[in-house]
Amino acid sequence: MENKESIEVRHQDAMCTNESKQSEIGVFSNIKYLIVGIAFGIVFVKAEIISWFRIQEMFRLQSFFMYGVIGTAIIVGMLSIWLIKRFNIKTISGEKITIENKTFNKGQVYGGLIFGIGWAITGACPGPLFAQIGSGFLAVGVTFISAIAGTWVYGYFRDKLPH
Amino acid sequence: MLELIKQPWHWAVAGLLIGLTVPTLLLIGNKKFGVSSSLRHICAMCIPAKIPFFKYEWKKEIWNLLFVLGVFIGAIIATTFLSNPNTIVVAESTKASLAQYGITDYSQIMPAQIFNIENILTLKGFFFFVFGGFLVGFGTRYAGGCTSGHSIMGISNLQIPSLIATCCFMAGGFFSANVLMPLIFKLL
Repeated sequence: MENKESIEVRHQDAMCTNESKQSEIGVFSNIKYLIVGIAFGIVFVKAEIISWFRIQEMFRLQSFFMYGVIGTAIIVGMLSIWLIKRFNIKTISGEKITIENKTFNKGQVYGGLIFGIGWAITGACPGPLFAQIGSGFLAVGVTFISAIAGTWVYGYFRDKLPH
Repeated sequence: MLELIKQPWHWAVAGLLIGLTVPTLLLIGNKKFGVSSSLRHICAMCIPAKIPFFKYEWKKEIWNLLFVLGVFIGAIIATTFLSNPNTIVVAESTKASLAQYGITDYSQIMPAQIFNIENILTLKGFFFFVFGGFLVGFGTRYAGGCTSGHSIMGISNLQIPSLIATCCFMAGGFFSANVLMPLIFKLL
């Protein structure tokens, strides 16, 4: 496979691409991401963000909880990125931190609406999906497989959809 | 201390920790926070079927798969060792609405009356698992990201497309929770 072509394909419909260098694709050098993921999963469960009830409260405007979580996360993220850019902070291995800008396409509207409908039904965006299964709700395994199927069907029909 | 951790965490604590995931991933390896890509990598890994959209080197993004594996393991740890002994607290107004649809069980973090293995082969299961899951997978990829990639990472980086996507997530959710789901609950 032509490498350049592969990178171009990867950039389609992705907020950002995150390819590691060839030397970093082993499982061992990526253990640090597993650890961050574990911490993230614990927060998801302990703050009950993975709860279908919390999502119903949010979309019925009956609780401030999820707005508080997402709002705080955005403020912390915004401040962090500003600091990283302002002081040109490098990664722990000395690499420059780069964040690509995103261009608008209609997919963000159509896809966004479709995802929103699914989010309220399942009570999960993709992250909590993994955590719901981990919490012992094995039926969500079906939701997960169906989400993979949805991604696959999108890939199959991508050229025919408006963007 | 352990007793405190076992209580449900405040939204500000959760928001702070989730927000800190953004700089953590950037600082440990220049990785941009995003979860829904993992679904695409699984497609590229297992069922690429010569579809151009899945012809890329997924091995270079194995970090993302390990991250979501971590989320899964983290949930097992939290549920096994740190679980809240009390029932989940839900807004009274939400409880009243859900009671109309027969959702009355608050003994678990998810309603057992829906998220139950016995429901998998029923119409209810088809709607909540198969249909809902499909929309999540299809919609996030079509939108180019989900709550993490667009709403948190994208808006944090002041990206207008991410703000638009987030508004559409919310619009879809409001429609779904207030119009579509009450209708479906009547039928099921």
